[in-house]
Amino acid sequence: MPTVTMRVFRGDATGGGFKDYHVEAEEGMVVLDVIHRIQATQANDLACRWNCKAGKCGSCSAEINGKPRLMCMTRMNLFRDGEAISVAPIRTFPIVKDLVTNVLYNYEKARAIPPLRLKPPEPDGTYRMMQEDIDRIQEFHKCIECFLCQDVCHVIRDHEELKKAFAGPRFFIKIAGLDMHPLDTVDRTEFVGREAGIGLCNITKCCTEVCPENIHITDNGIIPMKERMADNLDPVVRLIRRIRGMRKDRV
Amino acid sequence: MANADYETHEHDVLVIGAGGAGLRAAIEAAAQGVSVGLVCKSLLGKAHTVMAEGGIAAALGNVWPEDNWQVHFRDTMRGGKMLNNWRMAQLHAQEAPERVLELERWGALFDRTKDGRILQRDFGGHRYARLAHVGDRTGLEMIRTLQYHGIHQGIDVYMECKIERLLKDGERVSGAFGYWRETGKFVAFKAKAVVLATGGIGKAWKITSNSWEYTGDGHSLALWAGADLIDMEFVQFHPTGMVWPPSVRGILVTEGVRGDGGTLKNKDGARFMFNYIPEFFKGETADDEAEADRWYEDKRNNRRTPDLLPRDEVARAINTEVKAGRGSPHGGVFLDICTRRPADYIKKRLPSMYHQFKELADVDITKEPMEVGPTCHYVMGGVRVDADSTAATMPGLFAAGEVAGGMHGANRLGGNSLSDLLVFGRRAGLSAALYAKNRGGQLTLDAGQVEAVAHDLIAPFNRAHGENPYALQAELQETMQSLVGIIRTESELREALGKIERLKARAERVGVGGNRQYNPGWHTALDLRSLLTVAECCAAAALERKESRGGHTRDDHPYTDDQWAKVNVVQRLQNGVLQLRREPLPEMPAELRALFQERK
Repeated sequence: MPTVTMRVFRGDATGGGFKDYHVEAEEGMVVLDVIHRIQATQANDLACRWNCKAGKCGSCSAEINGKPRLMCMTRMNLFRDGEAISVAPIRTFPIVKDLVTNVLYNYEKARAIPPLRLKPPEPDGTYRMMQEDIDRIQEFHKCIECFLCQDVCHVIRDHEELKKAFAGPRFFIKIAGLDMHPLDTVDRTEFVGREAGIGLCNITKCCTEVCPENIHITDNGIIPMKERMADNLDPVVRLIRRIRGMRKDRV
Repeated sequence: MANADYETHEHDVLVIGAGGAGLRAAIEAAAQGVSVGLVCKSLLGKAHTVMAEGGIAAALGNVWPEDNWQVHFRDTMRGGKMLNNWRMAQLHAQEAPERVLELERWGALFDRTKDGRILQRDFGGHRYARLAHVGDRTGLEMIRTLQYHGIHQGIDVYMECKIERLLKDGERVSGAFGYWRETGKFVAFKAKAVVLATGGIGKAWKITSNSWEYTGDGHSLALWAGADLIDMEFVQFHPTGMVWPPSVRGILVTEGVRGDGGTLKNKDGARFMFNYIPEFFKGETADDEAEADRWYEDKRNNRRTPDLLPRDEVARAINTEVKAGRGSPHGGVFLDICTRRPADYIKKRLPSMYHQFKELADVDITKEPMEVGPTCHYVMGGVRVDADSTAATMPGLFAAGEVAGGMHGANRLGGNSLSDLLVFGRRAGLSAALYAKNRGGQLTLDAGQVEAVAHDLIAPFNRAHGENPYALQAELQETMQSLVGIIRTESELREALGKIERLKARAERVGVGGNRQYNPGWHTALDLRSLLTVAECCAAAALERKESRGGHTRDDHPYTDDQWAKVNVVQRLQNGVLQLRREPLPEMPAELRALFQERK
């Protein structure tokens, strides 16, 4: 069994630094396995979040050798032999301890989004939706809320002052999923502009690059949303929609 | 370190656990206009439900109009080897369709039929394609839907908060006490009613599909407070967990693989499940490969493939094949969908499985078979509840989901868990809210109880050079894996109980270093208590039941026994000692019994 060197951030809001751990790694191990081994044998109090260990819950986000990733889906054989592997907490959110950060920002943003309000059902009390009309939204629903996209988003990462009026990529696709829902009746145009701050996104696609679910956040979520915004604010388009009865209710 | 200060919150209803059952309970209680607190051990939306893959069983009849609640009820009872609480199984089958439609109204987007309704897939033990699903990530859709609906219902959510003990006012439950994982500070909840929705106990085994959270917290909270547990001998080993590489051993491979056409093979390429069809299921199971393959398309004229026998049967069969030397290179068997379905279909229907094998095992499941073997997955046993109200055997306490016992009898059918969470989560929230409204008097905290828990919580810090909690947990997992696994026998169960007793004594001496702030060593030390409690309950009940049935197989009592078909093993603490009784099953009314006289 090869011994690997893990350079793990230890510390809290008052400060800290990287500490080296030498651990035996076995075939097939992922970074999270090695972190668990450190916990069990060398540092019982090393803090990290995890649940499913299979890329489904989005708990174990970290910056591994500087790259935002899920620890449970990062194989150790990705790294060169003898190379020290650094594991740090995701940088955008305030540190709690070691690899754990305070991600409450995301839960607050989630709460602010105007929820779904459905059209009346079919006479039998149920709804009909065609698969092709929900394919795109199902892509957004793959989101495991690992918040890696939020972590790399320049607006959130570098502009504390803008965070109040900015939801971030995770919630742009959440809103897009609601807007594109075939049965939804809510117009979120103003919300998306004023409170979610879609205009601040300058489409660098960093969010899309780090998404472990390979959701096309920018191309399928953000860009069409920006286009819808433009349409929705266009007086001619609004008039046509009103005449045709296609308008959604404003929030 | 002796800082026993705590903050206090008060709610009419306190829900402990925020997976499917807890969220659904909280939503329902809030709808009754009472004040609701929801406690999660992890962050919201990360609970075990998020990992559920295959689907939600509900007789919607969208794919097979012949399906109805009676057929679902019958499948569920037969899957549970008739040990289920019949009333729970009935309510479950009757209410599951409405609960699924309700999820859709709250924003869930299930895969669709050609005419735009909710598509349903085949699963083990279900006569018709019955599982509403979203590819193989149904649990994610369900928890996200409940989460995003729930956050607009005025529920107070307490994240990363662990409840250590229930508080009582005489014989009634009056709240709970625990700690914030982030700061290690203590927190007390005063509550008129408490709903347990804490999930299962699978972390007591070494090879498990369960996460760190599944340490039997709710089972233990109930038992310690004086409530009854039933059926704790029945543990489900899911037949298909990953077996290679070692670090992923136990991670779940959805039954949907077989539901969508996959088949189990041994190293000789034989579809061995045809050799393991029990008498009980002969009438409804295909006995040759041609009929089994036709069944996917034509259920009226063909019987179900034995690959989709209930999980207990399939897990035992795999166990036998491996022991007989017919297993795969890494001690499992092969699960083949690549030769049976086109690559596009596999990627569309089973995207998570494709991703999981590709990333973690370097296996492309559209080109190669998977290697799979049994993994501890679910506990059928749990808190003894009243079927209609989910009330436990002590006033003010309710339980729903995996922590509750009775619904699934000796073995749970795949897909019946997510529906169970919704049906009984809702019922628990409703009953708890009604109970809270009718409960008079002021809630008070008993200082003596609070101090006792606080003292216990801090204790591991006073033994900085005590035993390593992780090492103790690993020893327990090893013990349960080797002695209280799929196949059990009296001598091994006695040995297990002896070891658990010694581990309990050692657990009193575990020590942790560091401070109270987000300290997983400390959390593991504390969770050991509940883990040891449920391990003991399971081993003791397994020793008591001298027959084989569902998720309980005794090598020394290999057959089902009619006498045992009529009783539950009930456990309770008396003066700190685990007591065990056999109690008769509730009797099924004649009109439901008649459902079992028809076609087998």
